Amino acid sequence: MARIPTTHDPFNAVAEPKRRAILEVLGTAERSVNEIVEMLGWPQPMVSKHLAVLKKVGLVRERREGRQRLYQADVAKLKPIYDWVTPFERYWSESYERLDEVLQVIQKKEKRNVRKKE
Amino acid sequence: MSEKKNKTTILAEPGKQELFITREFDASRELVFRAFTDPEIYVQWLGPRDLTMTLETFEPVSGGRWRYIQKDQHGNEFGFHGVHHDVTSPERIIGTFEFEGLPESGHVILETTKFVTLPGGKTLVTTHSVYQSIEDRDGMIAAGMESGVVDGYERLDEILVKLKQ
Repeated sequence: MARIPTTHDPFNAVAEPKRRAILEVLGTAERSVNEIVEMLGWPQPMVSKHLAVLKKVGLVRERREGRQRLYQADVAKLKPIYDWVTPFERYWSESYERLDEVLQVIQKKEKRNVRKKE
Repeated sequence: MSEKKNKTTILAEPGKQELFITREFDASRELVFRAFTDPEIYVQWLGPRDLTMTLETFEPVSGGRWRYIQKDQHGNEFGFHGVHHDVTSPERIIGTFEFEGLPESGHVILETTKFVTLPGGKTLVTTHSVYQSIEDRDGMIAAGMESGVVDGYERLDEILVKLKQ
């Protein structure tokens, strides 16, 4: 099977949904590979493979504690990605939330008008 | 306000010159379409709350022109204009879109917005935007529509939730 080449770019690293799932699990706490395997229910080699890519682009940090290696997402490194998509997303989210409110007002008015006519 | 908010979804796959914005509304297709084509309603919702919207030209018919200006609290103005290619009530609006704040003009986007009736009196609105290049698309997402950078920092901890979407 053809493989997408591993990249050094955090943007490409998070383009893979499985890696985003790992980042989510590692966003709130430090975890070992076994914990990630347990939480996501994936085979260990799969978790290790994606973890290696995330480590390589610096989105995940590794720390040794005794014989265990613990992993955690480096949220600061995720910031460029967050900044990239957020202003645009917010522009539309906020516009459409305002539209919800406007639609509600119109709907209420129309109901009232219908009642008046009856 | 009883129900939870509907979610706006932006789909911008890496390496493509298009993007999709989708959103459901708890209103009929006719009403939502009206909100996109009635100038008095349009100015009430387009853009974030901290920008003041001025519709300079608005001809919501096939072949009609449009131009609006959005102003922030610091007095910065962002102008946009285009032409309505096809306005078919209450189904679709197809038109061009150009942000006037770019270093050079001519970076035009082709936008198709469709209104589809869903069960339960809901309406699905999908906007498909096609850019002239991947750079144009990524530039628009990155630099365009900038507002409230500060709370971008404050919301940093929400990032993982965002990435899932």
